[in-house]
Amino acid sequence: MEAIDPGVFDLIVFVLAIFVGYYVVWSVTPALHTPLMSVTNAISSVIIVGALIAAGAASGFATVLGFIAVILAAVNIFGGFAVTQRMLAMFKKRS
Amino acid sequence: MSMNLAAIGYLVAAVCFILALRGLSHPASSQAGLRYGMGGMALAIVVSLMVLPDPSFLAYLLIIVGLGAGGAVGYVIAKKIEMTAMPQLIAGFHSLVGLAAVLVAAAAFLNPVDFGLVKADGSIKLLSLFEMGLGTIIGAITFTGSIIAFGKLQAKLPPAIENRLGALKGPVAKAMSSKPIMLPHRHVLNVAIAVITLLMLAAFVSGESGLAFFLMTLLAFALGVLLIIPIGGADMPVVISMLNSYSGWAAAGIGFTLQNPMLIITGALVGSSGAILSYIMCKAMNRSFISVILGGFGETGAIAADDGDKTVKAGSADDASFIMENAQSVIIVPGYGMAVAQAQHAVRELYDVLTKKGVEVRFAIHPVAGRMPGHMNVLLAEANIPYDVVHEMEDINSDFQQADVAYVIGANDITNPAAKNDPQSPIFGMPVLDVDKAKAVFFVKRSMAAGYAGIENTLFYTPNTMMLFGDAKKMTEEIVKAIE
Repeated sequence: MEAIDPGVFDLIVFVLAIFVGYYVVWSVTPALHTPLMSVTNAISSVIIVGALIAAGAASGFATVLGFIAVILAAVNIFGGFAVTQRMLAMFKKRS
Repeated sequence: MSMNLAAIGYLVAAVCFILALRGLSHPASSQAGLRYGMGGMALAIVVSLMVLPDPSFLAYLLIIVGLGAGGAVGYVIAKKIEMTAMPQLIAGFHSLVGLAAVLVAAAAFLNPVDFGLVKADGSIKLLSLFEMGLGTIIGAITFTGSIIAFGKLQAKLPPAIENRLGALKGPVAKAMSSKPIMLPHRHVLNVAIAVITLLMLAAFVSGESGLAFFLMTLLAFALGVLLIIPIGGADMPVVISMLNSYSGWAAAGIGFTLQNPMLIITGALVGSSGAILSYIMCKAMNRSFISVILGGFGETGAIAADDGDKTVKAGSADDASFIMENAQSVIIVPGYGMAVAQAQHAVRELYDVLTKKGVEVRFAIHPVAGRMPGHMNVLLAEANIPYDVVHEMEDINSDFQQADVAYVIGANDITNPAAKNDPQSPIFGMPVLDVDKAKAVFFVKRSMAAGYAGIENTLFYTPNTMMLFGDAKKMTEEIVKAIE
C-alpha cells in the first residue's frame, strides 16, 4: 500500500478543526462576541511562526519580508490579547 | 529540539487556543480562557524559535527587535484605544494579519529551502505553490478590504495622514466614506478581476513565476478594495465578521504551505468563528450574505413619507423623568448612536438613579446594534453596568409587554414595527425588538431623519411614543438630573 501524502493529513486536520470551531463558537455567549473577534484576531497571528522562519534565515529580501511580518504579527498578538483582556475585565456581575 | 517534540508543542498550543474560545461561553470563565490563549501563543513562539534551521546571532537579534517593537506598539494601542473605537481597531488588526500572510507567503516563495518546500530537483512542490498562492490571495483581500472597512468605521482620517495624501485626498476620503460607492458595472469588473487573479494563480503554480505571483497579489489587493467600497455603514457588522473569517482562512492557507497543523487548526477556528458571526449578523438583519456582499444597501433612497395624518409627540426630559421614576420596569434599548454620543456613562447614571428608586432596569441588545457583534455589550460593561441586567433580544423580547417604559437611545431600525407588520417595508421580516409593546416609549433622536436603512420608523407615530429630540448623552444627563 502506498503512503498517504502529508497534504492529505493536513486536510484531515483542517476539516476536523472546522467542526471543532463550529461547535465551540456557537457556545460563545453573544455578549462576548466583540472579545471573540479580538481574541480570534490575536490567535490568527500565530502566523508569526512562518514569519519567524523567514526572519531567522539569512536570505536577503525574504529575511526583510519575514522581519516586517514579525512586527505586524507582534502588533496583533500583543494588541489583540491586551485589548481582549481589557474588555473581559470590564464584564462584572451585579454586586 | 526534535521535530516530533515541536509538533507536540504545537498541538498543545492549538488546544490552548480552543480553550481560549471555549472560555468565552460565559463572562466568568472568559479570563481564564484568555490566559490559555496567551500561554498557547507564547508556547508556539518559543517552539518555533527552537526549531529554526541554523539561526545566526543576528537573526535572533532581528527577531527580538521585531517582536519588541511590534509588541510595544500593539500593547500601547490596546491600552489607549477608546471602547467606542473598537470596531475600527479590530478592522485594523485584521488588515495586519492579512498583510502578514502575504509577506510570509512571499518569503516562503523566495526562500523555499528554509521553509522545507523543495523537491529533490530544487523546484517547489506544486501543492505548496498552490497553497501559498491561495493564502496570498485571501491575505491580500483581507488586507485592503480591512483597510477600507477601517476607514468606513473611522469615518475620518487623522489630519496628519490626510494632509500628506495630496492629490489622492479626494478619492481616499470617498473610498473611506461610510456611504456605499457604486462603481458602474462593478459586478462585471469584480468577476473579471477575480478570474484574472485565478489565471495568475494558475500561471504561478505551473511556471513558478515571480511575475505572476506579483500580479496576482496586486489584483487581489484591488479586489479587496472593490469588494468593500460598495457596502454601507449599516452592513459593517457583517463585513467585519467576514474579514475576521478571511483572516482565518488566510492563516490556514499559510498553515498548509508550511505543513504546520497548529496553524491549520487555528486558521480553521478563526475562519469558522468569523463565518458564524457573519451568519448571525445576516440573520439578525434578515438579509442574505450574497445581498450584503453585493452591497448598496441604504443607497436605494428613502421611502417617500406620506406625512398626511401622522403626528409625532415630542416631549422633554422632565416628562420622561416623571414617568420613568414612577415606573416599575424600564428597558433601555441602546444602538450605535449611544456609541457615537459616548453616552454609555450617562446611561449608567440613569441605571443607578432608577435602581436606587426601586425601578427594575434592564437592557435589550439587538444582535446588530452597533457596528460589530457584541459592540453594545462592551460599551455597557465599560460603563460598569453589570452583565446580568444586559439581555439578548430573544431572552427579553417577550418582556416588553410588561415593561412600563422602553428607553431607546441611539437605535432606530432595530425597533421599527414596520419590520413586523408592513410587507411593503424593505426591512420586513427582520427580527426587531418589540419596543412598541411597552406602555410608554421614549425615543431619543437628533431629528426626524430616517435610520441607516433609509426607512422611516413607524414607531415614531404610535400614540404611546414620545420623541425626545436632542443629543443622546445630554438628554440622558438631563433626565438623570430631573430624577435626582
